[in-house]
Amino acid sequence: MPPVIKVTDLRKNYGELRAVDGIDFEISRGECFGLLGPNGAGKTTTVKMLTCALPLSGGDITVDGLSVNNDPRGIKYILGVCPQEINLDPDFSVLKNLVVYSRYFDIPYAEAKKRAEELISRFHLHDKLDRPIEDLSGGLKKRLLLARALINKPKVLILDEPTTGLDPQSRRQIWEEVRGMKSNGLTTLLTTHYIEEAELLCDRLVIIDAGKIVEQGTPKQLIQKHLDGKGNLEDVFLKLTGKHLRDE
Amino acid sequence: MNNAFILKNISYRAWHMWRRNVDVSLVTWKTNIIPPLLEPVLYILAFGIGLGAYVQKINFDGRAYDYLTFLAPGMIAVGIMFHSTFDTMYGAFVRLRYQKTFDAVITTPLSAEDILAGEILSGATKGAFAGAAILLIVTLFGLASYPSSLVILPLAALAGLMFASFGLLFAALAPYIDNLNLPIFLFINPMFLFSGTFFPLDGMPAWVRLAANLLPLTHLVNITRAATFNRLSPALLWDLLYILVLTAAVAYLSIRKMKARLIK
Ligand SMILES: Nc1ncnc2c1ncn2[C@@H]1O[C@H](COP(=O)(O)OP(=O)(O)OP(=O)(O)O)[C@@H](O)[C@H]1O
Ligand SMILES: [Mg+2]
Repeated sequence: MPPVIKVTDLRKNYGELRAVDGIDFEISRGECFGLLGPNGAGKTTTVKMLTCALPLSGGDITVDGLSVNNDPRGIKYILGVCPQEINLDPDFSVLKNLVVYSRYFDIPYAEAKKRAEELISRFHLHDKLDRPIEDLSGGLKKRLLLARALINKPKVLILDEPTTGLDPQSRRQIWEEVRGMKSNGLTTLLTTHYIEEAELLCDRLVIIDAGKIVEQGTPKQLIQKHLDGKGNLEDVFLKLTGKHLRDE
Repeated sequence: MNNAFILKNISYRAWHMWRRNVDVSLVTWKTNIIPPLLEPVLYILAFGIGLGAYVQKINFDGRAYDYLTFLAPGMIAVGIMFHSTFDTMYGAFVRLRYQKTFDAVITTPLSAEDILAGEILSGATKGAFAGAAILLIVTLFGLASYPSSLVILPLAALAGLMFASFGLLFAALAPYIDNLNLPIFLFINPMFLFSGTFFPLDGMPAWVRLAANLLPLTHLVNITRAATFNRLSPALLWDLLYILVLTAAVAYLSIRKMKARLIK
């Protein structure tokens, strides 16, 4: 089966800085794929190029056979995107956020309303249905962001640090959702720096640092290879990316 | 991602962005509907009854008019300008920089061009709505002739597109929101004062008249005034042409500049 996502020699330069410096990976259908790396490694930059929000400096990305360079619209119809930065629409209530967002996908109103209500109950947002976004806690905002990413019934889900800043309960709840979607066969790309999250959710992962892939494999393979099967993925991560602080 | 493709990248989806902005205006419709209806009443009080008491008839194009009758079409034009320019200038700036609205929409099937064309459309809608509201008030005060004044309705939509494009361009060029004082000071205010809105340009020195003819508002006022005075003539096609060409040019430029800011 051809890969759902294929990234080839992907590059992004910001002036002198090579934020993404020639990375390659493939994601198969139904797989949950992890993109790990310290702050500033180039995860969000990669995600933005994949979601057609940022032009490539080099290389190519195809999603379901479509190239970001030729058919960004076609790709955007089948992606569900949960960005790192919370960009819910502050001018609308929780429900209206979902309904307005679904309009961008040409989903008719009756259907949009139905999907929005399903998602609201699935993500336990009903108490806040008519509240403006600014009234939501950080955890609820993240949940709404994830709900919003599903409104167009995506083929591929892109999660950029979906649990950063959440308490253990909310984090667990999002993990449950991601695992549920995975068992329904949804292909997922997940970025994180919570190593336990990657170990728990990802079938395969790459570790990137300074825009380059430094290691890849299943969590088990990486522990086996670098630590003789003893220890955890966090030790592998620290061993590969060093212990010094990153970015800024 | 090439600039040459700006037109090709605009689709019907621009209306989704338009709808979003209109929905926001409808949520706060009371605060949006009152200014365009109240502003002309204030103008009429201040200028018609206050200043008008001291101003004799104004001679324009060979005829004498009451000051209020002279002022009315200027108020309509100014209303269109303010409401559409400010809508995109501040609205788009805030949505780009503070609310991150465009960042959210750019990962949906809308292109950057769809988003920005939608912004111009919703700014124009506000301007057209303001123009129609002021025309209504002016009509109630008996200051507009019909049917010629009906020309103002489609004209308000076109001029709305032009000024919304200017607003978007200013938003695209301003690094910080405070920088937007500059186009207000250098462009909006001079137009407000020197486009034949408050007094006829005929009495002004030649260089002022020449400068005024470069300002887009002057051409809008020329047509709105001919409309409310029931003096439409083929010569106004030049004013219309000026507005059409400028609208196309500024819309293109503003989308191009704003896109460069949205997608780096
Ligand atoms: N618009 C930009 N202009 C210039 N440099 C940028 C821009 N966006 C990102 N960078 C730089 O590119 C590098 C990669 O950033 P990116 O946001 O992709 O990292 P990340 O892996 O997502 O980090 P984090 O874990 O902190 O989210 C960083 O050095 C960052 O400073
Ligand atoms: Mg990031």
